[in-house]
Amino acid sequence: MKKIEAIIQPFKLDEVKEALKGIGIDGMTISEVRGHGRQKGHKEVYRGQEYNVDLLPKVKLEMVVAEGRAEEVVRTLAGAARTGKIGDGKIFVYDVAEAIRIRNDDRGESAL
Amino acid sequence: MKRFWKWLLPALFAFPLSVFAQTGQDIQARLTALEAATKSAQSAGDNAWMLTSAALVLMMTGPGLALFYGGLVRRKNVLSTMMHSFILMAVVTVIWAVVGYSLAFGGDSPFIGDLRFAFLHNVGSAPNADYAPTIPQQTFMVYQLMFAIITPALISGAFAERMKFSAMLLFMTLWSLIVYFPMAHMVWGKGGLLSASLGGKIPCLDFAGGTVVHITSGISALVCARYLGKRIGYPSDAMKPHNLVISVIGACLLWVGWFGFNAGSALAASGLASSAFVATHFGAAAAALGWVLAEWVRNGKPSVLGAISGCVAGLVAITPASGFVQPFPALLIGFAAGVVCFFMVSAVKRKFRYDDALDAFGVHGIGGTLGALLTGVFATNAVNDSFKDSAGHVLPLGLADGHASQILNQALGCAISWGLAIVGTLIVLKICDAILGVRVRKESEVEGLDVALHGEEGYIFES
Repeated sequence: MKKIEAIIQPFKLDEVKEALKGIGIDGMTISEVRGHGRQKGHKEVYRGQEYNVDLLPKVKLEMVVAEGRAEEVVRTLAGAARTGKIGDGKIFVYDVAEAIRIRNDDRGESAL
Repeated sequence: MKRFWKWLLPALFAFPLSVFAQTGQDIQARLTALEAATKSAQSAGDNAWMLTSAALVLMMTGPGLALFYGGLVRRKNVLSTMMHSFILMAVVTVIWAVVGYSLAFGGDSPFIGDLRFAFLHNVGSAPNADYAPTIPQQTFMVYQLMFAIITPALISGAFAERMKFSAMLLFMTLWSLIVYFPMAHMVWGKGGLLSASLGGKIPCLDFAGGTVVHITSGISALVCARYLGKRIGYPSDAMKPHNLVISVIGACLLWVGWFGFNAGSALAASGLASSAFVATHFGAAAAALGWVLAEWVRNGKPSVLGAISGCVAGLVAITPASGFVQPFPALLIGFAAGVVCFFMVSAVKRKFRYDDALDAFGVHGIGGTLGALLTGVFATNAVNDSFKDSAGHVLPLGLADGHASQILNQALGCAISWGLAIVGTLIVLKICDAILGVRVRKESEVEGLDVALHGEEGYIFES
């Protein structure tokens, strides 16, 4: 099993969700986060006082998928989230040791 | 039929004859009654407008100023900042009832009133002919009270986020006694040094409180900002306004409330009130545009905070002029205030590095001074013909009427107002510092005054 973690532009969330649904992925966890990579922030001015805002709002998606599907998911996700500009975000893929469904104690891929 | 005419004709002649037959006393009595009815009708109209105005001016402090200032501070200080405005609505009211009204409007000495109206003695429904002959003195008293409330509340913008609540209460009480009441008496009181209409030595035109309200509060704000020192982290840390949405609502309430402030200063529902209403509105509009344009040119973006700050700056500047100028000069005064105040808070403040947290000095001190001086330029008796010489001729007012020396009177009025504000505020701050200490502990300032001083938080989203 693989865990796929993607940090994307907030306005791309709907497109990404639709694309993932299209290939049969319907479980995911989403959180609103703030951060920045190589993208610079923006400047805000209040009554002449300047502030550089470098932590920008992003959305983080997390999902765990079967070993064989990881590459397809990553490709779909990246395709849907891409604008081609700095700030599009990143995808990380991890190995997952175990998955347990709390309701009935299913283990492994059948718990996904 | 014949019989009918026989009766009707004598009756027709007899009716007018009977009128003439009435005694002169009778007519006199009816005229007196008519006069009384006219007076009471005028009093009813004027009183309705003045009570409305009094309520509008109170609305400027709460919620207007409370929201405006509350939105500009950081989230951890929103309640303590709103509390400054709110508690003053209570504190100043009590002081006003005990001695304030009397010290401002009792007697006819040049500098301060006497104690004839202390505890509101003899302040009832009979008018005070010196000030407002058509409304109950109680209406005049409560209307003026609303000015005494908002003036110290304006200062709180300078020491927001770092002053002790106890010291703030003492400061405001002493400040009202030492700075506000004398200043109000000098400008508006009978025989006051700067009074234009009631026999002052230096007649200074101040229709609704440019010197009394905005210069005193704005200059005192600067003194407070310097005395208390900068907030921890200023100017390196981000101290962004935490909620500009409530500041916009506050500014809109200030704009509306200001009609009571300026048009109400006519003290009657008169043509002069309409003229002041119009000038006020025009000044605010032009100032919002002036600030936004200056900012757009300089920073590349027209900000919402700029628009609302400009509007307030314009309202401040038009305050002393509102009952003396025509609509187009009002636009000019407003536009000038928007541009000048923008440069004050953006460029000058940064250069001199004082922490006037919410720009009470930049907007009220500078806007008020600018407005007071421009009043001397644009004031005209075409708008306000109430100033007459002993022969009954209408006197020229400002430069617009060819009376250039009025500008000098305005400048003297400003200088006295600045002087009193600086000296008075320093004395009051020294007293408060000696008794209570004016600044909160460092830990409290970092934690936020809402929790540290009041034991509350402004926003609790989890519950």
